[in-house]
Amino acid sequence: MISLRNTFPEFVLTTKVDDFLNWGRKSSLWYLLFGLACCGIELMQTGGPRTDLDRFGAVFRATPRQSDLMIVAGTLSYKMASRCKLLYDQMPEPKYVISMGSCANCGGLFQKSYSVVKGVDKIIPVDIYIPGCPPRPEALTEGILKIQQKMMKEKLLVKTNA
Amino acid sequence: MNEKDIITLIKTQFASAKLEWVEAPSGDNYLVVPSEALRDVVKYIKETEALYFDYLVNLSAFDATEHIEVTYHFYSYTHRHKLVLKVKAVRLNGEVPTITDLYGTANFQEREVFDLLGVRFASHPNLARILLPPDFKGHPLLKDYQEEAQYNGIETTRASLL
Repeated sequence: MISLRNTFPEFVLTTKVDDFLNWGRKSSLWYLLFGLACCGIELMQTGGPRTDLDRFGAVFRATPRQSDLMIVAGTLSYKMASRCKLLYDQMPEPKYVISMGSCANCGGLFQKSYSVVKGVDKIIPVDIYIPGCPPRPEALTEGILKIQQKMMKEKLLVKTNA
Repeated sequence: MNEKDIITLIKTQFASAKLEWVEAPSGDNYLVVPSEALRDVVKYIKETEALYFDYLVNLSAFDATEHIEVTYHFYSYTHRHKLVLKVKAVRLNGEVPTITDLYGTANFQEREVFDLLGVRFASHPNLARILLPPDFKGHPLLKDYQEEAQYNGIETTRASLL
């Protein structure tokens, strides 16, 4: 077999298939519009021109069917909990969840309340927790970058036992 | 019309009913009305020309431990005067007549009082929970309310990390 070393012209890039797929996924990280409380305002601000999530390929979608990422932004009440689970189930795999703000992380201010879920992780699996009440747009951007790092480490094509 | 004249007028009209005028040390003075006389009194203050309370400002309630106090705030845009009525309801499924047919705004507010304190408004058109999920158990603004360990399989407490 002939060696391919130093045979391509200089404008050709080589990479691994997994890395290429992951690069494509992380650069089109579409998130579901799911603002539940005041964190939703920060979520909008993060999508706005100053922080501009669009430069990382993250744009909002209004339907779970087209979303890769759910940013639970705000207080999740028991009444909303079943809807949240339903929306998560409607998202296609692979999917990720960011829990944004104290309320979504642990109930936060409303931890003694009768109507608030004490953490989104009681309903759906969470990848990234962002502390803050509410977190600043910089913090949410950091969370998006962390999700992208996580994506780059994944190997989708490798056969697993599961 | 001043407060004194309003009360005199109502008391002469309902001489047989046990109306009690309370001069509150702070806040609004109020008239305690027995629940069986409530509908007649409300109908009277709404339809009498001299009183003409055309606006139900607020309908709320609180748990006074021995009974539940349902509070009605009325205002007249025509005469620029106000009146506060209170009804003492029996704790745990106490019954108070509805005033939804007289004041449409009472509909949702009575549902809220039912939702959070368990007061039954007799012949209300749709006395269902309005804020909490329909399968919620108990009325959380009662002083002796105990939160259940789980709601629909979701734990209602979160262990402290400290």
